[in-house]
Amino acid sequence: MSQTKIVGTSVPRVDGLEKVTGAALYTGDLKFPRMLYAEVVRSPHAHAKVLAVRVDKALKVPGVRAVATGRDFPFHTGIYMRDQTIFAIDRVRFVGDPVAALAAETPEAAHEAAQLVEVDYEPLPAILDVVEGIKPGAPLVHPDLGKYYVESFITPKPGTNICNHLKVRKGDYEGALAKCAHVFENTFTVPQVQHVPMEPHISVARVDLSGKVEVHTSAQSPFTVRHLLCHCFNLPHGDVEVVVPTVGGGFGGKAGINLEPIAVALAMKAPGRPVRVAATRAEEFYATVVRQGLTATLVTGVDKKNKVQAQKMYYLWDCGGYGGYGVNVVRAAGYTCGGAYHFPNVWGDSIGVYTNKPVGSAYRGFGMQEIHWALEQQMDRVAHELRIDPVEFRLLNCLGPKKTTVTGQLLEKSSGRVDKCIEKVDEVLKLRARGKKKPFHGKGIACAVKAPAMPNNAASSVIMKFAEDEMLEILISGIDIGQGLATVAAQYAAEALDLPMERIRVRMRPRTDFSPYDWQTVASRQTWATGNAVLRGCEDLKRQLFEVGAQALGAPVSRLELKDRKVIDKKTKKSVPLAAIVVGYQFPDGHTIGGPVATSAHHVPDGLLFLHPETSQCSKPVAKWTFGAQGVELTVDPETGNLRIERLVACYDVGKAVNPGLIKGQTFGGIVQGVGTGVMEELVIDGKDGRPRNASLMDYKIPTALDIPDKMEAFYVETPQLDGPLGARGIGEHTMIPTPAAIANALYDACGIRIDSMPITAEKVLKALKEKQRREKEGEDVQPAAASVAKVRPPARATRREAGRERPGGVRARRGRAK
Amino acid sequence: MRHTITVRVNGVEERHEVDANQTLLSFLRDTLNLTGAKQGCNEGECGSCMVLLDGKAVNGCLTLAAELDGHEVATIEGLGQAGALHPLQSAFLKHHAVQCGFCTPGVVMTSLALLQENPKPTELQLKTALAGNLCRCTGYRQILDAIQDAAKTMRAQSKRRTA
Repeated sequence: MSQTKIVGTSVPRVDGLEKVTGAALYTGDLKFPRMLYAEVVRSPHAHAKVLAVRVDKALKVPGVRAVATGRDFPFHTGIYMRDQTIFAIDRVRFVGDPVAALAAETPEAAHEAAQLVEVDYEPLPAILDVVEGIKPGAPLVHPDLGKYYVESFITPKPGTNICNHLKVRKGDYEGALAKCAHVFENTFTVPQVQHVPMEPHISVARVDLSGKVEVHTSAQSPFTVRHLLCHCFNLPHGDVEVVVPTVGGGFGGKAGINLEPIAVALAMKAPGRPVRVAATRAEEFYATVVRQGLTATLVTGVDKKNKVQAQKMYYLWDCGGYGGYGVNVVRAAGYTCGGAYHFPNVWGDSIGVYTNKPVGSAYRGFGMQEIHWALEQQMDRVAHELRIDPVEFRLLNCLGPKKTTVTGQLLEKSSGRVDKCIEKVDEVLKLRARGKKKPFHGKGIACAVKAPAMPNNAASSVIMKFAEDEMLEILISGIDIGQGLATVAAQYAAEALDLPMERIRVRMRPRTDFSPYDWQTVASRQTWATGNAVLRGCEDLKRQLFEVGAQALGAPVSRLELKDRKVIDKKTKKSVPLAAIVVGYQFPDGHTIGGPVATSAHHVPDGLLFLHPETSQCSKPVAKWTFGAQGVELTVDPETGNLRIERLVACYDVGKAVNPGLIKGQTFGGIVQGVGTGVMEELVIDGKDGRPRNASLMDYKIPTALDIPDKMEAFYVETPQLDGPLGARGIGEHTMIPTPAAIANALYDACGIRIDSMPITAEKVLKALKEKQRREKEGEDVQPAAASVAKVRPPARATRREAGRERPGGVRARRGRAK
Repeated sequence: MRHTITVRVNGVEERHEVDANQTLLSFLRDTLNLTGAKQGCNEGECGSCMVLLDGKAVNGCLTLAAELDGHEVATIEGLGQAGALHPLQSAFLKHHAVQCGFCTPGVVMTSLALLQENPKPTELQLKTALAGNLCRCTGYRQILDAIQDAAKTMRAQSKRRTA
């Protein structure tokens, strides 16, 4: 790889100035004349029939200008599966499901009116547990499942609560398991959690008297919002404009479509008036979207040489009331079900289950933190049981060049190296070469892998144009939700065109009427996709500049170079400044050639193939993998159960660290978000009535400055990604994937206890410690954590096709035991 | 019930009629169109609306506008601007302490109040002062580093002023 000048340096964020001065405008900062304020009427029941919705009293409240209910807008929406209507029509499926909405002159009037909407419900039995939901005969959350539009790669099972099921069948799992010397089976659970972006969801819509729809919204994906709005309301794309101002954090929660249809529905009822729908912080917790819960059961068969020969993964996802986006998390977790390991024989099932709980969606990691919670603890347990060092065991079994993933994809040298990441973490934390162990002090490691989960044709594009003073303007529709996309896009252009950073402006607040198409800002795909598009665009800009420059300088194109804002003839050293070319070059005699220099360029993933429908075997299911590892050093307070994380060391193979300052920010941010889900976060849904019990920042704690690890260290391996822009691959989400499992493994190292159910709260730790002391006193097995070891019988031939029963190996889906 | 208040906001005297239930945050954002302070929870938990009231950091969403009569409010808009940034703002840029930016104005104002009271805070004092400002993006590390760096600059500046 050639030397780079700007790519690879920690240039400051291009949007930093507007953010530190308070100048950056977020959706809620925009002023719209005569704006109406909305309030959404939401279901108090987890599952109920809607018999009637009466709005006449609400409409009499002074200032109320519009009301919308399900019967007014019987339209379905959803990104991968259209299983949701804007407002519930005949059935509500979770506490918080929208039933109606009102728009009024003031928020107070809207609030008052919302209390006067009368809804007759007939409560139905609710599914509040995935294991219950998948049982044959369970009440159905979606009796009409067979009637929905579903993307071809999503496979719901009508007549059940299964909204998607991905099967992975590689090699001969049953045969290999029978030959294994040791077999281990464990179950792990992850609760639903919330993204908690600091800016809650907000959308402002206006429908003018010509029918044109304009939506200003805090969203990760303006074009997908437009596309889905057009489908939902049956409108041409040309008559709907989506504008995304500065976004105050997304983490997946603002991917796809969220409050926008509610805002548009109300705006249609109040033509000409902008209608603002803003989630309160409480609604943010349970009524927008959440990360899905997971119950994972793993079976690992190991041979005499400590190599895993057979691996089974049974993932049950708590998708909540609707599966629109979450069904693709189920899919991604399926084709990545083995994590960072090479398993020659695999039986994997990733099953999404509808429940009457908040709606699951994308969340930083897209299922990966959840499955790594299970996989990385399982590998650790197995290593301890076999009395082999966990680092050695990982190195022995991890993926790498010439190894195959669970879908049979053969990895190459350029695919990234998890072994190098493990070794770096080991070197820094001295996991293997440790000295004497202090009591209640421990170290642990966990690996991570993730690929972008996206349709095979997910595209990004850019428009690039020069202003008259040769300032380069780059229009993107990838959203800078904080990750630094705008800065990275500018860095690539600066590198390719030898421009100083201050001569580039990235237009990062797209309007779909004017901005280039971009599928979505998700999947850690933007540096890679938009970065590639920018580099391609620069090639074309260069070609145009040289074409005119050649004539201006009387030199062949082959002799030209672009340097210091000039086109230079390398032979004569004569040059022409860019400013003289970018809107057309004028010769001394007055005649003009060329014209405004501008281009558009795009990137689509190359050569992606569909998975085999029964086995998921596929040579190239995803565009790229990013591997990494994290190590934790902590002490446990035996009096309180509190953990003190002293050191957290992360290493990722990023291909190319485009901006070390930004990547560090992604890494530290991901680690701390991972510490949050690892030790303190859980959206508590009452097991009886399905109501959220901690829908506030008072009761749902996220990490503060006091909760961060004492020391965080980040390292990067750079194995260039062949199709990455200057070798780069995605990193944003990966940084929070292994953290909880690494903490759990360090906890075991510290005091010999295992917590299977995320989060590892002080309460659970204390309880487990007491349990361990009790057992030790009674002279029982001093390793309660090892109690999970079980030689399971070889699986029965799986002839039954129903997913719920298709569990060879007699795996019982147990709930977390350490609660 | 409405109250007439006279309040200095970023050094400028403002005289307005406010509703008894209007918050300082709403007064800044809706009445004065100073949108730097953000509404993240409206219940005093997130710190996105932190501004200075007579030099002390307060949650704009928990303070009533009617109480402001005769007092002084400082917001991010009065701190610095392009070409004349406050050392805190420059340090936040240098240390990559900003991501989505929604919490940034509140964090900067809280830090300012702390450093005015305690120019040389320890790491623990700093973390404790910031515990009421939630940030979901950065993991706080670069924010803490930026504030310590700015503190150094501010101490040097005040030394020069007193010398």
